[in-house]
Amino acid sequence: MFLTVMTYMGYLLLFIGCFFLVVSAIGILRMPDLYNRLQAGTKASTLGAMCTIMGIGFLHPAWWVKCFLLSLFILMTNPLSSSVLARASLRSGVKPYKLVVNECERYLNEEKGDN
Amino acid sequence: MNIIDVVILLIGVSLFASFIRFLKGPTMSDRAMALDFMSVVVVSLMVVLSFVFDRSIYLDVAMVYALIGFVGTVIIGRYLEGGL
Repeated sequence: MFLTVMTYMGYLLLFIGCFFLVVSAIGILRMPDLYNRLQAGTKASTLGAMCTIMGIGFLHPAWWVKCFLLSLFILMTNPLSSSVLARASLRSGVKPYKLVVNECERYLNEEKGDN
Repeated sequence: MNIIDVVILLIGVSLFASFIRFLKGPTMSDRAMALDFMSVVVVSLMVVLSFVFDRSIYLDVAMVYALIGFVGTVIIGRYLEGGL
């Protein structure tokens, strides 16, 4: 009985994770700008990958520790790589979509003046 | 059609959609972002395939691949910023 409940929980988590992965991929395809794409592609994909990996951990309880460590690693590193990419693309001159006032320009020029 | 095949099909659809963005991204940061997303999707696909084939060693491969993908994304970011 307990194993059946674990199996149902595992399949439910697998389908939630796959749904978020597909939503994130559609967001990567359809969003108009680099920064929108970065947001859609990182936050939803973190949730989707964590749910998928924990679903496998529910389905196969002997691998639970490894799956938990892997999802914890994805939770720690994925927002960090997104932040690094956004900062690098802003400093390398990629303009946001429909930008009216760019307040970052002044700070970037001040940093260049300091150097 | 088994229930795990639907899961693999959905993960493959998201991998294909991000690969289209990887091919036609206008700037270099788009391609780096699509590569990061593809590495995360491939890690979850490896975990699902380790359940299908019932091999525990693929989980270690997935963990090493997640580490390599993160380090690669950070190094590409540093290169775009101009500090490398």
